[in-house]
Amino acid sequence: MNVQWRQGSAVGAASLPAGVVRLSEARRGDRGVVLAVSPDAMTGADSEEREELERRLLEIGFVEGARIELLHEGFIGRDPIAVRLDDMRVALRRREAQGVIITLDGAAG
Amino acid sequence: MNAPVPVRDLRIALVGNPNSGKTALFNALTGGRAKVANYAGVTVERKEGFLTSPAGRRVSVLDLPGTYSLRARSPDEEVTRDVVLGKRAGERAPDLLVCVADATNLRLVLRLILELKQTGQPAVLALNMIDIAQRQGIDIDLEALSREIGMPVVTTVATRKRGIEDLLIAIDETAAVSDAQTVSGWHSPSAGEIRDSHREAERIIKIAVRPPKRPDTWTGKIDSVLLHPVSGIVILLAILFLMFQAVFSWATPIMDLIKAGFDWLAMQVTAHVPNGLIQSLIADGVISGVGSVLVFLPQIMILFFFIILLEDFGYMARAAFLMDRIMGGAGLHGRAFIPLLSSFACAIPGIMSTRVIDQKRDRLTTILVAPLMTCSARIPIYTLIISAFIPNKTLWGWVSLQGLVMLGLYVAGMVSALAVAFIFRKVFWRGASEPFIMELPAYKTPDPKNVARNVLLRAEIFLKRAGTTILSMMILIWFLSTVPFKPAGAVGPAIDYSFAGIIGHTLQPLLAPIGFNWQMAVALVPGMAAREVAVGALGTVYAIGEGQPGQLATTLAGHWSLPTALAFLAWYIFAPQCASTLGVVKRETNAWRWPIIMFVYMIALAYVAALITFQVASRF
Ligand SMILES: Nc1nc2c(ncn2[C@@H]2O[C@H](COP(=O)(O)OP(=O)(O)OP(=O)(O)O)[C@@H](O)[C@H]2O)c(=O)[nH]1
Ligand SMILES: [Mg+2]
Repeated sequence: MNVQWRQGSAVGAASLPAGVVRLSEARRGDRGVVLAVSPDAMTGADSEEREELERRLLEIGFVEGARIELLHEGFIGRDPIAVRLDDMRVALRRREAQGVIITLDGAAG
Repeated sequence: MNAPVPVRDLRIALVGNPNSGKTALFNALTGGRAKVANYAGVTVERKEGFLTSPAGRRVSVLDLPGTYSLRARSPDEEVTRDVVLGKRAGERAPDLLVCVADATNLRLVLRLILELKQTGQPAVLALNMIDIAQRQGIDIDLEALSREIGMPVVTTVATRKRGIEDLLIAIDETAAVSDAQTVSGWHSPSAGEIRDSHREAERIIKIAVRPPKRPDTWTGKIDSVLLHPVSGIVILLAILFLMFQAVFSWATPIMDLIKAGFDWLAMQVTAHVPNGLIQSLIADGVISGVGSVLVFLPQIMILFFFIILLEDFGYMARAAFLMDRIMGGAGLHGRAFIPLLSSFACAIPGIMSTRVIDQKRDRLTTILVAPLMTCSARIPIYTLIISAFIPNKTLWGWVSLQGLVMLGLYVAGMVSALAVAFIFRKVFWRGASEPFIMELPAYKTPDPKNVARNVLLRAEIFLKRAGTTILSMMILIWFLSTVPFKPAGAVGPAIDYSFAGIIGHTLQPLLAPIGFNWQMAVALVPGMAAREVAVGALGTVYAIGEGQPGQLATTLAGHWSLPTALAFLAWYIFAPQCASTLGVVKRETNAWRWPIIMFVYMIALAYVAALITFQVASRF
């Protein structure tokens, strides 16, 4: 797995506590609550683009506290994914889902 | 000044999340016929309509593209932002905003409303799709909601025209109390501000909305089949397959009827109109030309019937989900699938709907390959050649061979669109493509009235084209095929001496390597104006050449070799699109460069494809 967060951010630890995953690594059936939406958790693009993506994710409802469930995965490389987000359904690529950190149900804390 | 004007005119704009029913409401308010469908991003430009309010105001209504935020990224969202903020050249901001919300999904629109309120414009909330909310047992405290957001709230069912009166009354009342010019205090929100407005929206929801007692479980159940990695793909392919089988097998009886009608008409003309120029114009020019295009009306209606059904059901976003990885492999944006699927109908709305794609390069790539998708104007050409050259056989007891060849041509179009996109991305624009985030709407049972209305609308458009562009091209072609007359004592058919004959014979050497005869050369030139014209032109040229109107398919079967016919099909997979498509590309890209590049690459591909097809087929 390729985790390359920068230190210092709210969720910027190199490894996540148990029961906390990035949406991009979640599997079908995983459900929980959005813990953080963070440009620091994204990879690739420059910081401006990451912040833009953060705002896009927020605007479409990926916001801290939202209930989330991974409903479907694509047939090539399990990508893209379809998630249930509160009352709506959203499709996105796993690449875009990197910035969304979720606490799985049943996890401590 | 004159006598006081009791009420002043009003400009209102419909704003809201995608797919919340803005256009349905626009149609209900103004009696318009703008496109309504069950996916995000149907409307991509501003549209104006008019109505008279109960208080006697003349109201101009603007329908706008849906958006989640005024912080626009893609060209369609920019339209909404610019209209709302009054940034469009020569246009002031609307006097009043009608926020349109999907009552079953209020969270995001409440957040948008908080943003819209910063503009300072008076606003009214239309709580649309209240029928679905009631069915699901969602309890909304309208008074509390209205108090919290500080604007009147009216419930509506746009598709049934319910609540329109109340909405107009609320608009009148709001407009009457607030006519002060306001200064917009909107600024592009930061991530923190978006979070804050989310919290505020959440607070309002807690106060005013009770969650559904009977939530919609159908969408989830249907999705578990339609989005399943295996059954989803199988069903997607099956739908495409069925569509083209139906285009062939259902249309035939009606087509035969229309054909018989035109034959009868041509006979009447030959029998009753004195032999001569007028008879030739009507029989060869109008009836053979336009008639040979019009017979394809049933097929076009069937194709649209399927597309509209899928759009209303809510399948388009699912198809985009299933195709995303394949599109991504070709370097296309995931949202490109819907514009490309719309291009099955016509490349023009397809190219327009690329406005939902935010990144310029992604959008250009999609625009450049959209005309490779088989638009409905190719149906007449494909069908004509297929019915003339491909035996009407049934394979394995149920598959029509002709339908299968048709499907093959569609697949060839799609595959080449992907391949060309891939090359464009590799050669011109390397780099990652943009985020793909898309709402999957709840499924809806298609409304038969809406489906019927839309299919008839498409038929009307087709007939109008036949009556204008195609008819006038046909008369021109008839004229060119008739004058100058054959000199006295000359040998050979008269058409050889006409302008068309001269043009055809001049171009023919250029087209000889791809197996085209001079009649085809004549048809190709006007075929640039609109593809169907090529069929009509063949109808006219052969009717004049043969000296009598006949069944075009039979005539072609007698005159063309199989390799020629196949090369002609290959040509039209790629053939340079109609002039109006090039015009739209120019408009949407704001540069002549792109339509020129498009024309050149397509004509080159068409020639090469026809060349290979002809040369290979001739070896057998
Ligand atoms: N049951 C029900 N369906 C509705 C209602 N209003 C709209 N619809 C359906 O909702 C879907 C979306 O409607 P549109 O009018 O195209 O939505 P829009 O807001 O213009 O969407 P965009 O142009 O993509 O932003 C269509 O399938 C409509 O038939 C309503 O009040 N009740
Ligand atoms: Mg619309």
